[in-house]
Amino acid sequence: MWMTEIPPFVPFFIGALLALVTRGKLRGAIMVVIPIVSAIHLWMVPEGVHLQIAFFDYQLSPYRVDKLSLIFGYVFHIAALIGIVYSLHLRDTLQQVAALLYSGSALGAVFAGDLLTLFIFWELLAFTSVFLILARRTQRSYAAGMRYLIVQVLSGVILLAGALFYAHENNTLEFGYIGLDGIAGWLILLAFGIKCAFPFLHNWLTDAYPEATVTGTVFLASFSTKVGVYALARAYPGTELLIYIGATMACFPIFLAVIENDLRRVLTYSLVNQVGYMVVGIGIGTALAVNGAAAHAFAHIIYKGLLLMSMGAVLHMTGKINGSDLGGLYKTMPKTTLLCIVGAASISAFPLFSGFVAKSMVMSAVLKEGYDWIWLILLFAAAGVFHHAGIKIPYFAFFAHDSGIRVSDPPKNMLFAMAIGATLCIAIGIYPQALYSLLPYDTGYNPYDATHVLAQTQLLLFSALAFVWLNLRGMYPPELPSTNLDFDWTYRRALPNVLQRVFSVIWRVDGALRAAFILKLTTCLTYVAGKNDRLSGLLSRNFPLGSMVMWVVVVLTTYLLLSFIQ
Amino acid sequence: MIAHLPVLQVIVPLMAAPICLLLKRAQLVWLFSLITSGLAFLISILLLQQVMATGVISYELGGWQAPWGIEYRIDKLNAFLLLIISAISTIVLFAAQTSIEKEIPKSKHTLFYVLYLLSLTGMLGIVATGDAFNVFVFLEISSLSAYALIALGKDRRALWAAYQYLIMGTIGATFILIGIGLMYQMTGTLNMVDLSQRLPEVAQTRTVFAAFGFVIVGVCLKLALFPLHLWLPNSYAYAPSIVTAFFAATATKVAVYLLIRFTFSVFGVSFSFTTIPLQTLFMALGLVGIFVASTAAIYQKNIKLLFAYSSIAQIGYMIVGFSMATVTGLTATLLHMFNHALMKSAIFLALAAIVYRLGNVQLSSFHGLGRQMPLTMAAIVIGGLSLIGVPLTVGFVSKWYLLMAIIEQGWWPVAVLILLGSLLAVIYVWRIVEVAYFKEPLANQTPVKEAPLFFLIPIWILIIANIYFGIDTRLSVQVAQSAAMTLFGVTP
Repeated sequence: MWMTEIPPFVPFFIGALLALVTRGKLRGAIMVVIPIVSAIHLWMVPEGVHLQIAFFDYQLSPYRVDKLSLIFGYVFHIAALIGIVYSLHLRDTLQQVAALLYSGSALGAVFAGDLLTLFIFWELLAFTSVFLILARRTQRSYAAGMRYLIVQVLSGVILLAGALFYAHENNTLEFGYIGLDGIAGWLILLAFGIKCAFPFLHNWLTDAYPEATVTGTVFLASFSTKVGVYALARAYPGTELLIYIGATMACFPIFLAVIENDLRRVLTYSLVNQVGYMVVGIGIGTALAVNGAAAHAFAHIIYKGLLLMSMGAVLHMTGKINGSDLGGLYKTMPKTTLLCIVGAASISAFPLFSGFVAKSMVMSAVLKEGYDWIWLILLFAAAGVFHHAGIKIPYFAFFAHDSGIRVSDPPKNMLFAMAIGATLCIAIGIYPQALYSLLPYDTGYNPYDATHVLAQTQLLLFSALAFVWLNLRGMYPPELPSTNLDFDWTYRRALPNVLQRVFSVIWRVDGALRAAFILKLTTCLTYVAGKNDRLSGLLSRNFPLGSMVMWVVVVLTTYLLLSFIQ
Repeated sequence: MIAHLPVLQVIVPLMAAPICLLLKRAQLVWLFSLITSGLAFLISILLLQQVMATGVISYELGGWQAPWGIEYRIDKLNAFLLLIISAISTIVLFAAQTSIEKEIPKSKHTLFYVLYLLSLTGMLGIVATGDAFNVFVFLEISSLSAYALIALGKDRRALWAAYQYLIMGTIGATFILIGIGLMYQMTGTLNMVDLSQRLPEVAQTRTVFAAFGFVIVGVCLKLALFPLHLWLPNSYAYAPSIVTAFFAATATKVAVYLLIRFTFSVFGVSFSFTTIPLQTLFMALGLVGIFVASTAAIYQKNIKLLFAYSSIAQIGYMIVGFSMATVTGLTATLLHMFNHALMKSAIFLALAAIVYRLGNVQLSSFHGLGRQMPLTMAAIVIGGLSLIGVPLTVGFVSKWYLLMAIIEQGWWPVAVLILLGSLLAVIYVWRIVEVAYFKEPLANQTPVKEAPLFFLIPIWILIIANIYFGIDTRLSVQVAQSAAMTLFGVTP
């Protein structure tokens, strides 16, 4: 008899509590044991709804296990374990506790069987993860963390609003297929879209993740967006709109990634691009496509984690992360270099690496359903990925011009964590059946047929050729210390600028008026000094008795008139 | 004894007030008041149990039969209110002695308790009585003592605030009296049940319309509905902290009770909602009130003023629930009365503790307070979360029922506005959190200690109640729901 009714977030939350009161090696041991024990526990649990609570008139099921939630549950455990091992050298209670809580919240969200539970974990994800950003303890990270928190909480609020509408329309809070009929569907899609970093909603991700701590980014990249992907896969499979959104996501970050200098930010752009593939898969919605999306999420968490860990190791050892400051590190960091290349090969979908077996499922599904244009776009995006993530990252960090930095490989626990990631990348690539058996549907798919292998290899070779040629001719965008503008420029710079202009015009007119009616207007204009001051003056001033009584008269007259008119 | 409970509820604090004068010593008076209030609380529990079990209790004062004599009539609605008022009064009184030591001159301590008990008597009386004129009498008892209590504040502006409140309160009470007078003229009776039976015969006369108008405006003035709220912020901000904690949690609730009693029981739903477009008016005023008051709260530098404005916004939520004139809407209003009393009394008690240590509640003195007074600040944060309506707190329960009621009517835009209003609450609560937890203490600020236990115990009782009733909603929801159903004449 196994205690099936204990949801997997419970061990993590208990672990966080223990980590709070322990120190040093004991805490490390506890943190490593938690995901392992929890994973074994999860392995034993049969499918089904294991916990039900009545809430007002609704049935809540905070612990629902089926194949879709299980695959995400497994990979979250793996990601948590890798992340924890990677961060074993830390002596920072805030980060370590937050990491455990954050992993637990992600698990809580994927096993949530109703929208209210989902909402609670959705907000918990936001509140726990922000500490991983704040823990870097710089002014920049504080500002980025706050922006991140606002967006995430907003997403939660929209989700709650959507859930309320949904509960009213369908008289249930169960979290299943939702679709886009009615306002509830759109609101919930918007909430999920923010988490998934849909185009124009993605800035929180590229803004905040690179500002997080070395180890924090590894956790962040694993959970939030994947919870979003899971939620989409559950609620919107087969929604055609998602195909176009996903294709856009796969494409546009490539350009930004190519010119970006901060190598961890490059990886966050490629994160958006990779999530784009998953969104396309969900949009198509056939068994093969959803399988592809899930498999891709599984593989992606591991190889993106591996890449971010290798860049984190570089940042940890050198204190630098800009492509323009790095180079030639392979001489003294050979192990890190090798592991990074494994990650790069996986994300570029080289045959025999995990990216290949996952991504080709989505591609096949796209072609099978007749979306030829989308297929071409995704193919272009794949070439782009190889370009910026597969070549650019290792090239500029470890090779390129010699920056003269001589640092050794990172601490053992970091290397070990990366080694776990790399092993999994290769193992899945060589023996994909292990991954396929975990997928929600049984499609009997085989990635290693001649067409796929050939097409992918050709693509990669030509892409590599393009990089080499551009680089030799000096036409490749050089790595320069610069700030690149993304969509968030519109609301962080342009909008305030426009407002400033508008206000400056208003002030000018105001000045002219002042000159003309100086006597009559002086009294009024004293509190038009600033927008804030003005509002605060208006709202917090004291009212004389006369005006209070006047209001009473006004209200009474209105009531009496209204009743007499009848 | 059990048969006399309805009148004992009011008489016990009323008789205790003059006895205080004889006891003289402040500590002793405090203990005596605490016991009195506790007794009232006990009586209200017994009453609620009795009402839930057997239905309406009618008590004839002096044995005179109902329409001629004064009748005390306890149904689920006012039993619920009696419980809220006496419970909050008792918990707040626990901290009173410690708090007034620093805020009120020693010579006035006895007087303070006399006024406090009289004010309590007035509120309990308004709620318990079934006689319209009696309502006015108790209203004056509670108001007059309230003016004096507010004037006790140590800030000199307290006098001025109390004076403004006096004028406005008197206008409100006069309006109610005029309304009652007009009703008496038309029907010849003052008993509420009797009134409700006789009013329909003369409903379509201008006199009754005018009576309704006067009563509603008078009550709205008392409950500080926008735009008649202007007297409230200053009175709350400059009154002694204990008084604020007591009034913020109870006084406006009593006025909301009167509104419900007059519209639903005396005039009747169909009359009330058809003579004037009450639904549209209250919905609009409630929503505007939520936004104006919440925005004003964001700009306040005095934290007591900030939460006073937030109280006005919360009244807005109650009025929105009321304006729907449905069972669910009214349930939401009743629930929010209960829940808001819990959160506001906790917050204002915590502020009283801060005044005790710091001497003021300016936002600028909150720097680094999160570390110096962790338990008190944590209470403010949890109370604030409850105000916002975060799940697992009582605030969520009432917001949930309110949204359900709105969605039931299909008023989507209103639902969106309510959610946006909660976002404003996030902003003003966050301002406090940011200063208290993320700013270093100022150089010229002397570090302070955590508040004494006499504060912490009542504060945390209330905070735990905030969380407990946010999870286990059986008591509050059941009582509120069945009270609302009774008012609509539906058998639960």
